[in-house]
Amino acid sequence: MSRVDHSEASSKFIEAKDHLEFHDRRLWDLRKKRDSESELLPEWEDLRSLASAIKEHTLSHLADYLEEFERNAKRNGAQVHWAKDAAEHNQIVFDIMSSNGASMLVKAKSMLTDECDMRPFLENRGIEVMETDLGERIQQLDDEPPSHIVVPAVHKLRGDVARVFSQTIGTDPDNNDVHYLAESQRQHTRPYFLRADAGMTGANFAVAETGTVVVCTNEGNADLSVNLPKLYIASIGIEKIIPRIEHLGVFVRMLSRSALGSPITQLTSHFRAPRDGTQMHVILVDNGRSERLGMADFWSSLKCIRCGACMNTCPVYRRSGGLSYGATYSGPIGVIIDPTFNLRKYSSLPFASTLNGSCTSVCPVKINIHEQIYKWREIIAKRHQLPFVKQQAMQIAGKVLSSPKLYRAAVETAGSSIDYLPRLMIYSRLNAWGRQREVPEAPPLTFRQWYLQNRGKK
Amino acid sequence: MTSRQEILARIRKNQPAPLPLPEVPTFDTAATAPPIERFKAGVMRMGGKFVDPPADSLDKLITRLFPDAKVVCSAVAEVSGNRRLDRVKKASALHDVDVGVVRAVFGVAETGSLWLTEAQFKVSSLGFLAQHLVVLLDPARIVDNMHHAYRKRAQFDAPYGAFMTGPSATADIEGVLIHGAQGIRTLTVIPVAESAG
Repeated sequence: MSRVDHSEASSKFIEAKDHLEFHDRRLWDLRKKRDSESELLPEWEDLRSLASAIKEHTLSHLADYLEEFERNAKRNGAQVHWAKDAAEHNQIVFDIMSSNGASMLVKAKSMLTDECDMRPFLENRGIEVMETDLGERIQQLDDEPPSHIVVPAVHKLRGDVARVFSQTIGTDPDNNDVHYLAESQRQHTRPYFLRADAGMTGANFAVAETGTVVVCTNEGNADLSVNLPKLYIASIGIEKIIPRIEHLGVFVRMLSRSALGSPITQLTSHFRAPRDGTQMHVILVDNGRSERLGMADFWSSLKCIRCGACMNTCPVYRRSGGLSYGATYSGPIGVIIDPTFNLRKYSSLPFASTLNGSCTSVCPVKINIHEQIYKWREIIAKRHQLPFVKQQAMQIAGKVLSSPKLYRAAVETAGSSIDYLPRLMIYSRLNAWGRQREVPEAPPLTFRQWYLQNRGKK
Repeated sequence: MTSRQEILARIRKNQPAPLPLPEVPTFDTAATAPPIERFKAGVMRMGGKFVDPPADSLDKLITRLFPDAKVVCSAVAEVSGNRRLDRVKKASALHDVDVGVVRAVFGVAETGSLWLTEAQFKVSSLGFLAQHLVVLLDPARIVDNMHHAYRKRAQFDAPYGAFMTGPSATADIEGVLIHGAQGIRTLTVIPVAESAG
């Protein structure tokens, strides 16, 4: 597996100026809506602490809660399966489908099935898979993975969608009206809901006390996917468990406020038992999660409720686009989760961050994201997975930063030397920071020089 | 060893030392507006409509609200409509419904959400295949916020239930808000007390 080069991949995204500018603005708008919505609740910070504590409690008793969930789901009439990895998950889905003679699957958005690369596995075995979330469907038709966990096609403009739809579902290539495009997808998708053999969802939460699968959507596509076919399959990451129904109050109040800045998703759906004459299957998926649970510095990333707030606020994510991370999970949360799947492949991702800590402050379950990014950098540097250029730069920086004398000399000369250095030296390939940036004008004095002149004499 | 045993064994080996489970308060809202007013504002914020009960009949009101509707399918006694739900054999048979009518169990003032289970829908696809949905809500049955809603523990023994807040929506293309993504295009709430009978 080749190593993802985030900065190389993002340079393509940065070249398309209109896209870059829209992407940056749209996600920042979501961040601002999140701020104003959360500020309406005086208990917001209490809710964050509660959400974090409930998740930490659950993860520290995870085996018991999974068994409780399984017991209750079985009592409700659901069938429960366990998958240790993506391959086993995909095989289970295929076996459920084929043993029921099912060949058409409608599904709601699930990052887990993207993580497992399920669609091609099923399609290669003759199963038709229809993504029913508009954004996810656009990405499916364009043969691209989602670029954002909540808004999968946020990197596309309406003209891109018009192109994809005209080539795939036969819309007018010259009509890029958003209402027309959304209505076309609705009309195209509806017959699939009516004739599907099976429906599938992921889970936002799975409640141990009742064996309930909770799915939050705005489109109502999860409810259509489950309430029409005779077969329902829910794929659930084992970290989605929460103990009791009353805990949903905390998480449901925070999820959409953090994700989109709306008080709640249009639908919060609770699937506990199959309808008469139908089957409900639940697949509990590990795929690296139980290993991550044992990593002292990184287990708390399992608290994540996949709201995407950390992505919307991240300056690097907003200006590089989700696809440049080369992974199912992008942005700050992806940066700390992806290396647990494959450290070598994703070793460049922890460097796709300014460490400004904004991700940590907006996280509704208080994951210390920026600290974990820093920890990954340490691990990657120790294991010599840094690219050569970064290694050399870091060694020099390390020497300079650890000696006050050298540091002062460097800072004092830096200001004046920038004016005289040939541009070649500042904007060379050795200085990755120079590529998209102009060096700001240096102040006439360093802070130390200013301090000694103004305050130092007392 | 089965995958189940393998996963559970690895979790037991790796899970952190036990951490406590906090109590969750209900964070009651300091009373400002009456619940029905907060609820109404919530519904409208999420793209729903709120219509006062008619002087004549609900059937006539629905005809006025949806003059082009051919199929009206009602799951409530107060509205007759023209499609019988008790004869529906397959969930997909409701694909041509223009207007569905149901009664919510309760509403949530904080968000303008309506709690509906399969007992209210009778056929759950009614709430999603219909082009438009009319929901009757007893104004006396509105709880303060989602904490109170989730304390109605018995409600969550329903095989299927959903908080519905406004119509189906999407903003997946350039953030442009569209109502009627995959499910209902409009949601209309009418406050009607539940009759004692």
